[in-house]
Amino acid sequence: MAAFLDRSHSIAGPGFSRWLVPPAALCIHLCIGQAYAFSVFNKPMSLALGVTAPAPGDWTIPNLGWIFSLAIVFLGLSAAVFGRWVESAGPRAAMFAAACLFCGGLIVAGLGVSIHNLPIVYLGYGVIGGCGLGIGYISPVSTLIKWFPDRPGLATGTAIMGFGGGALIGAPLAVLLMKYYSTPTSTGVAPTMITMGLIYFVFMISGALMVRLPAPGWKPAGWVPPTPAEAAARMITTRNVVMAEAVKTQQFWLLWAVLFLNVTAGIGILGQASLMVQDMFGVAVAAAAGFVGLLSLFNMGGRIFWASMSDFIGRKRTYMIFFGLGAILYALIPWTKNIGSLGLFVAVCCIILTMYGGGFATIPAYLRDMFGTVQVGAIHGVLLTAWSAAGIAGPVLVNYIRQYQLDHGVPKAEAYSVTMYIMAVLLVVGFICNYLVRPLDERHYVTTAEAVG
Amino acid sequence: MNTTDTGSGTDTSTTVKLVLAWLWVGIPLAWGVWVTLNNALQLFTATKTT
Repeated sequence: MAAFLDRSHSIAGPGFSRWLVPPAALCIHLCIGQAYAFSVFNKPMSLALGVTAPAPGDWTIPNLGWIFSLAIVFLGLSAAVFGRWVESAGPRAAMFAAACLFCGGLIVAGLGVSIHNLPIVYLGYGVIGGCGLGIGYISPVSTLIKWFPDRPGLATGTAIMGFGGGALIGAPLAVLLMKYYSTPTSTGVAPTMITMGLIYFVFMISGALMVRLPAPGWKPAGWVPPTPAEAAARMITTRNVVMAEAVKTQQFWLLWAVLFLNVTAGIGILGQASLMVQDMFGVAVAAAAGFVGLLSLFNMGGRIFWASMSDFIGRKRTYMIFFGLGAILYALIPWTKNIGSLGLFVAVCCIILTMYGGGFATIPAYLRDMFGTVQVGAIHGVLLTAWSAAGIAGPVLVNYIRQYQLDHGVPKAEAYSVTMYIMAVLLVVGFICNYLVRPLDERHYVTTAEAVG
Repeated sequence: MNTTDTGSGTDTSTTVKLVLAWLWVGIPLAWGVWVTLNNALQLFTATKTT
């Protein structure tokens, strides 16, 4: 079993189609993307004892909110800690580990719910599941970059689109299962989590079985690597930087800030989308839920659209668009309220969400351009701590600003304006960070043999 | 392996594997998109609260 999972056993043989690798990656990302839909459990979990109304001892929503936050923190931490291992062990072992951790975490969380023990739920979904998220997130991305040197944006966009799509599957699946398992004395959350853990395990393992690494020296037929002049013009390296060296460079931390600011701003919309459309335009709760669903679709679509686009216009220009256009669109949101245009508001938010998703999907290709392919998974893993930081900073910033406004007598419908202007300023800072990204100095590069280590 | 393999094998078994693999991930994703789109339609059909 251990030998089967070994890196050397997952090298592709003759005739293997590289187009089998994106579905393998999707098997992982469509499952771990369920994390985005975790909030579907919040309300039923808050009624675990009372079932129809909160009873003494029932968990509160703020306490339940920590489950998702913990999972995102451990996503970043595990990606950073295990990134180097993912590269050396190979994608099959990494995907297998991700399946065990993520699905095991779901099952442990389900058991925690069944005995009404919140720390076990934190441990299960937040810590164990979060580690599965981190390892599962980076392993297929790094593999795809190696298979698609000609279209790295398209490749990473496909996988990371799956993470966005995972929420679209995870939410209705959880609702269906909770409906099936619920009884007059139970909300059905615990068996739902356990069932989902088992279903996702089968799906993730199928991805681990499908995935292959290209043989050393492989390249797509007809593909000619860019000449040094072309590569320099597009800031694409043909050499490699090891992770330990990459994190010492200014470019790495500028890209960390780029991801952090893009995600923080996106959370400014996503985190309060439902409340915002209700308060600003007075739409019904059901319609607000539809709005959140629409944002999820654009979040997913933006991942493949912008990442593919970045193959043609370059990573730096793509982020210039995210930050430049994004800042303008955020600043326009209060205006859409002033003119009472729900359609324009929805359109603006949808475009913003494409760029939020696009930011996630384009960053691995940006890293590959800057630091090479050999340790891109490990470097990507460390960079994902920016997501963890934004996952905490974004909601805190948004909620604090909104509450401050309400406490000072600002009407609900106008309490979002300041938040949107602050997000626009954050994007301007992101624009500057991205503008400052320059090619690496010669001294950071190592030979391929040294990078493989 | 040829170092400039097309990576897009053309024999029948490869084609079958490709179709099955993409269906395996495509069907659940299409279902999720369909459900989400149906829910999103409520944004334009549900009545306002005020």
